[in-house]
Amino acid sequence: MAAISCVDLCKYYQQGDAVIKGLDHVSLEIEQGSFVCLSGPSGSGKTTLLNAIGGLDKLDSGKISIDGERVDQLGKAALADLRLHSIGFVFQAYNLIPVLSARENVEFVMQVQGVSASERKQRAFRILAEVGLQGMEDRRPAQLSGGQQQRVAVARAIVSQPKLVLADEPTANLDSASLEKLMARFRELNKLHRITFLIATHDERVMSWAERRIGMEDGRVIHDALQAPV
Amino acid sequence: MRLGVVAVSTLAWRNLWRNYRRTMIMLLAISVGVWAMIFMTAVLRGMVDNMVTQALDTLPGYVQIHAPNYLDDPSVTHSLPAPDPSLLQVLGDPLVAAWTSRVKVPAMISSEYENRGVTLIGVDPEGEQALGFDIHDITQGRFLVGANDRGLVIGRKLLQRLDTRLGKRIVIMSQDPGNSIADRGFRIVGVFRADLESREENIVYAGRSVVQTMLGMGSEVSEIAVRGHDYRHPQVLADKIQAETDARVSSWLELDPYLSTMMRVMDGFVLVWMVVVFLALSFGLVNTLMMAVFERIREIGLMQALGMRPSAIVYQFLLESLLLLLLGLLAGNLLAVTTIYVLRDGIDLSGVAQGLEMMGAASVMYPVLQWPDLVLANVVVIVLGIATSLLPAWRAARYLPVEAIARTS
Ligand SMILES: Nc1ncnc2c1ncn2[C@@H]1O[C@H](COP(=O)(O)OP(=O)(O)OP(=O)(O)O)[C@@H](O)[C@H]1O
Ligand SMILES: [Mg+2]
Repeated sequence: MAAISCVDLCKYYQQGDAVIKGLDHVSLEIEQGSFVCLSGPSGSGKTTLLNAIGGLDKLDSGKISIDGERVDQLGKAALADLRLHSIGFVFQAYNLIPVLSARENVEFVMQVQGVSASERKQRAFRILAEVGLQGMEDRRPAQLSGGQQQRVAVARAIVSQPKLVLADEPTANLDSASLEKLMARFRELNKLHRITFLIATHDERVMSWAERRIGMEDGRVIHDALQAPV
Repeated sequence: MRLGVVAVSTLAWRNLWRNYRRTMIMLLAISVGVWAMIFMTAVLRGMVDNMVTQALDTLPGYVQIHAPNYLDDPSVTHSLPAPDPSLLQVLGDPLVAAWTSRVKVPAMISSEYENRGVTLIGVDPEGEQALGFDIHDITQGRFLVGANDRGLVIGRKLLQRLDTRLGKRIVIMSQDPGNSIADRGFRIVGVFRADLESREENIVYAGRSVVQTMLGMGSEVSEIAVRGHDYRHPQVLADKIQAETDARVSSWLELDPYLSTMMRVMDGFVLVWMVVVFLALSFGLVNTLMMAVFERIREIGLMQALGMRPSAIVYQFLLESLLLLLLGLLAGNLLAVTTIYVLRDGIDLSGVAQGLEMMGAASVMYPVLQWPDLVLANVVVIVLGIATSLLPAWRAARYLPVEAIARTS
């Protein structure tokens, strides 16, 4: 059984007289433990697809299953539970809760999951150090740079080792060294814990890490091939 | 259902202080509202207390015992024997502060020039004073001394009406139990004043034994009046006495239906007042919460995207509102209790409201804090406050995560 299965997804936006095709009959399967990149020009539907898979958005038609469970048929509370326990998200833009510090943002998901305070704290400190944010644990998002905020979001997405990580441009604000370090860490988690990664990106350097590349354009999958990662 | 109570509480508390100014204004509004609820209620309670105590001073006796037909026809034929031992025992109960017995009959009073109908009360002067007759109300002469005093004390107004003076003799006529006319001459030994003019005009006091002899009624009396310790709950005392006698025992609530109705209406009025003050507050509260929701749509979406259930979002906003209400209540209660304490010796309104005295209300008001009123104000604010917050909180949880997050760009 595939980790993610999408069958004939359609999402249209009405913009005046024109219909914008966010997703246009997209079908694909992603195996558990794969490391997949989603590429394509701006506006091609990458974010729309990730949101659909995570159950954040309503589709016009199509079926989405995660581990055989029909995401498109779940209620709001059940979807929230699924995301809480199985999916780590990195969003393209708005990622952090402004009133919480970096560490509290990382702890937030664990807190809702019911992880004990001491363990939360320990895990949050460790993961923040891993993404290079040692000493910035108590800063609020407004006191962090774009790249630092992005790394806090990444730390939060992987800290609970979910089954699936959906990352939308996780490296957008990162320098090359940080980018390589982050991708290496993703790959390590992927290999060690068989965490499935689906990463939307424009960046060739990120794509080169993937073992499978899915190309999108105008809401459609136009390219889907396995490749040898670096 | 796991809500992540700690996570949600932290968020609610931090979010509360995010817009410091707005929160402070709201807190101020809530505390002033709560203060108004409690303080104004205390002032009202004080006013009613005052009216009731004054009225009870003229009635005197929270509980009165009469012959079964006396209240319908207050004549000398409907009289009671003097208290028997079992009644005396219950009158010695700690619930009883004082008691006295009276003869109270309609009579005709005549001076050299005028005749008038009055109520003749044969009293035991010490008992009357224990029940509330204020010796300072005697403006000329003296009050009676003992039940055998042969003098007569009448009101200021009646003195004028009869066109007579202190020390003059007058004649009182009434009916004896055998329906014949009984009359007797009295010397006026004292004149009293009263808040109500009608009392000064209608009530005359004589010694009880003297009246009993004049009417030939032996040791019988018309009424036994009992004072308790708490005028608000006379029924317990009335029931206790009723158990010991066949006579009719009535509390002042029955004897003065106008006053007792007013007391009851007050409770309803207090609730209405509190709800009205709250309604004024609720607009501010809803507005504040609605603004908070709109400002935080993206965060709400984010939290849902991260796996927080919609119910937890509702809970978070309700909690934020509850925290705000609790802080406001704390300040409001403190403010109200302090004001009432500071003003416990009375608020003198004689300077600003001279008319009050003419209306029969006192010019010094004493705020009276009743704990149930305080509790009621707090309950009203919390229950209605949470109810009012439900709408904004529910609005917050209704967004699709993606709609909320999409507002970024
Ligand atoms: N809420 C919306 N209303 C109208 N059109 C939308 C909405 N959200 C997305 N779209 C349109 O859907 C298409 C796909 O958008 P999407 O965000 O998925 O692109 P993307 O591949 O993530 O682009 P980028 O690389 O710039 O992030 C775009 O043309 C976009 O304009
Ligand atoms: Mg995008």
